[in-house]
Amino acid sequence: MTRYLLRRVGQGIFVLWAAFTIAFFVLYLLPSDPAALIASGGGEVSQVDPAQLAALRAEYGLDRPLLVQYGDALLAALTGDLGTSYVSGASATSMVAQALPETLKLTGAALVLAVVGGTAVAVASVFPRARFLRQALSALPPLGVALPTFFVGLVLLQWFSFRVPVFPAIGNEGAVSLVLPTITLAVPAGAQLAQILSRSLRGTLGEPYVETAWAKGASRTRVHLAHALRNAAIPAFTVLGVMVGGLLGGAVVTETVFSRVGLGRLTVQSVNQQDVPVVLAVVVLSALVFVVVTLVVDLVYPLLDPRIQLRAERRSPSPRTATLRPDEVTA
Amino acid sequence: MTTTPRTPRRPRPLRTPRRHAVGIAAAVSAAALLLSACSGGADAADPAASDDAEPVAGGDLSFAITVDSHCIDPQQVGNNDAIAAARQTVASLTAQDPESGEILPWLAESWEVNDDASSYTFHLRDDATFADGTPIDAAAVKTNFDAIVDLGAVASLGSQYLVGYAGTTVVDEDTVRVDFDEPSAQFLQATSTFSLGLLSPDSAKLSAEQRCAGEYVGSGPFAVKSYTQDQEIVLEKVKGYAWGSAANAHTGEAYLDTVTFTVIPEASVRTGSLQSGQIDATAALNAVDVPQFDGNGFWLSYRANPGVVFNLFPNESSPLASDEAVRTAISKGIDRQQIVDTVLTPQDQPATGVLSHSTPLFEGADDLLAYDPDGAEKILDDAGWVPGSDGIREKDGRRLSTTVTFWQVPEPLELVQQQLRQIGVDLQLKHVTVAESEAAKESGDFDFDYYNLTRSDADVLRTIFSANARNINQRDPEEVDRLLDDSAAATDPKQRQKLVTEASRLLLERGHAIPVYELSTTIAAADRVHGLGFEASSRLDFYDAWVTDGAGA
Repeated sequence: MTRYLLRRVGQGIFVLWAAFTIAFFVLYLLPSDPAALIASGGGEVSQVDPAQLAALRAEYGLDRPLLVQYGDALLAALTGDLGTSYVSGASATSMVAQALPETLKLTGAALVLAVVGGTAVAVASVFPRARFLRQALSALPPLGVALPTFFVGLVLLQWFSFRVPVFPAIGNEGAVSLVLPTITLAVPAGAQLAQILSRSLRGTLGEPYVETAWAKGASRTRVHLAHALRNAAIPAFTVLGVMVGGLLGGAVVTETVFSRVGLGRLTVQSVNQQDVPVVLAVVVLSALVFVVVTLVVDLVYPLLDPRIQLRAERRSPSPRTATLRPDEVTA
Repeated sequence: MTTTPRTPRRPRPLRTPRRHAVGIAAAVSAAALLLSACSGGADAADPAASDDAEPVAGGDLSFAITVDSHCIDPQQVGNNDAIAAARQTVASLTAQDPESGEILPWLAESWEVNDDASSYTFHLRDDATFADGTPIDAAAVKTNFDAIVDLGAVASLGSQYLVGYAGTTVVDEDTVRVDFDEPSAQFLQATSTFSLGLLSPDSAKLSAEQRCAGEYVGSGPFAVKSYTQDQEIVLEKVKGYAWGSAANAHTGEAYLDTVTFTVIPEASVRTGSLQSGQIDATAALNAVDVPQFDGNGFWLSYRANPGVVFNLFPNESSPLASDEAVRTAISKGIDRQQIVDTVLTPQDQPATGVLSHSTPLFEGADDLLAYDPDGAEKILDDAGWVPGSDGIREKDGRRLSTTVTFWQVPEPLELVQQQLRQIGVDLQLKHVTVAESEAAKESGDFDFDYYNLTRSDADVLRTIFSANARNINQRDPEEVDRLLDDSAAATDPKQRQKLVTEASRLLLERGHAIPVYELSTTIAAADRVHGLGFEASSRLDFYDAWVTDGAGA
């Protein structure tokens, strides 16, 4: 187990380094001049003295060879210093740290809503005896996946803020401002979860052990919730890690539509301004979140199904395939 | 209350013409977001009649902006939204009358300019203070100007106004002299801008970062109360402020207790928020949404931005744009009125010169900018450009196909592209990001550039076109440069007018500038808002603004 953890942490560090490196070179290879952008103050065309621009480049170290800049940035990043924003002069880490809590609130709430709502819809789509009801409910997840986040957000705003002023359209103030954005962000994630879970539930409900449960006289509720759901949950649980990544990405659109402060908005603004250090900080942080979440998901598998063991074997890169793939659990 | 209302200098905001387009919410919410439905023309009585009513002090106003550019230091900002907030926090040496363009007293009661416009002496009023109570004296002015020069490229606008700065001399406590190495006639107008607005001497010692975060102490009628990145900038009125400029309607404290600039990136959300009363005003609506705020409990006010209008700027070091026949033919082949009628709003106007009509010293040159496709074709015929098989002209095996690089809204240029096709010119549109466009400008890697530049002084012509300044055309010096450079030294208004007019006409005749349309700023506000207007540079001015329910709120 310790070896397994060590190996995973090693992999995580590699992912972080790769994310940093790729982002660094992509951002620097973009056809733009950060110095000219800094000088323009985010505004109309600037007409800056070339000598002043050169001074600015020297000040930010932009006149050094690319590899030297990369090496310095990487070394500094190792000490937790991701540089200072070209635009505001604040440290990139502090800008990200300032935006992060709001995004965590939003994505956290959306994750809870997506898991609860997605599970409820999935169970509801297999539970009723009436066939038409099951079919109607099964149509919900594909619909939710198909609806663009942008569209959902604007429709919610139109109805519940502009016409019937129940919720504020803009800002981060109070829990009430969190309601519409959370729903908006949770819809695609919850729908995706419901889709996988309901499919897996339908498969599981056809398994012999479920027949046995029926035969033993278990109630409809008990068969569905106690016997089928737990096994059916494993494939859905697998996508949870990806889903967290998706929620962070979705925050970009959601925060923009609802004018909320957060990591998404900071990303958009920094990319537009080519504020490289801030974008790098966001990328590294997102990679970190992703690495941690996937690790946690993998560590939780054995708790869901004791047959899954985590081993650090060279030939089996995925811990899941090391013993039993989640989709083979019920085979 | 220390306010002393004067006879309002500023006339009523310009009203939009009567129109049959009032957006009504469509039945389906989604449709309402995407469409601007039309119904009968509501023609409300002038709700901006505010100007006739007696202003009341008190109350709050929220104003939507589109973006937070992560800096609100008046001496560093260049983005319109940041400027809207930053402008209110600083007073300037002078003010500029929005109507006449005349430079009026503000912190300086009077001034003298030497004969070649290279030395300016300002006599400051002796009672003005910064928001923290420290006096605004000659030494403070010197500290500010020196600091702007030190900031260099980071304070790009301010340092550009101070090109050739030799230094500032404190003559006595209330008298300060600014010297330049070379003539700089634009400097007087520059002293009226926010970029040369005054911060307390202590603020000059702060880091660029602290100033960006709004930690500075300013000299304007409002001060920064709080600034939350990407969310909002809250300004509160400065108690005891009593030196409103001669360009404003009163001189005492601002009427509003607070002004909140709320960042709302999504255009349809700005529309909905204004409609539902969650914000009071904005100057950033989509063109299709503007008409629904003309009446119905709202009012519109608009003003053309002074300065150089949206122009196609030929890079005359590139093969095609170096051909004068091609440049002048393109200018004649553009139907400017059609662009405004088809893809823009009633608030926009076709260009009638290189400068917009709200710029001081502007003189129309409609005769040079008439739509004349036949004339354009004749010029090209005479120059040996003959139509090829696909209608695009050719000469010596080269197609008349060229490229414009830009980041602004593409619709006007898409129409230009269609119009030019009719005279056999193929204009390719290269729509890039702001960052790429800046890079192209700097490397000179473009055929035609396209942008506008807001500045309420005709010197903007010289800074862009003169072969001895930016030289946007990348051409060799010629007659027009002499006119432009001389205009920088002309202190006599008549003389300067003559030079600017001659230079403008020459730029058009030689095809160095190909104007398209004038950018305008449109304020849409709820009826409770009064007195919100524009200063001479078409920047927003909240000093005279007040709200109906202010006193009770």
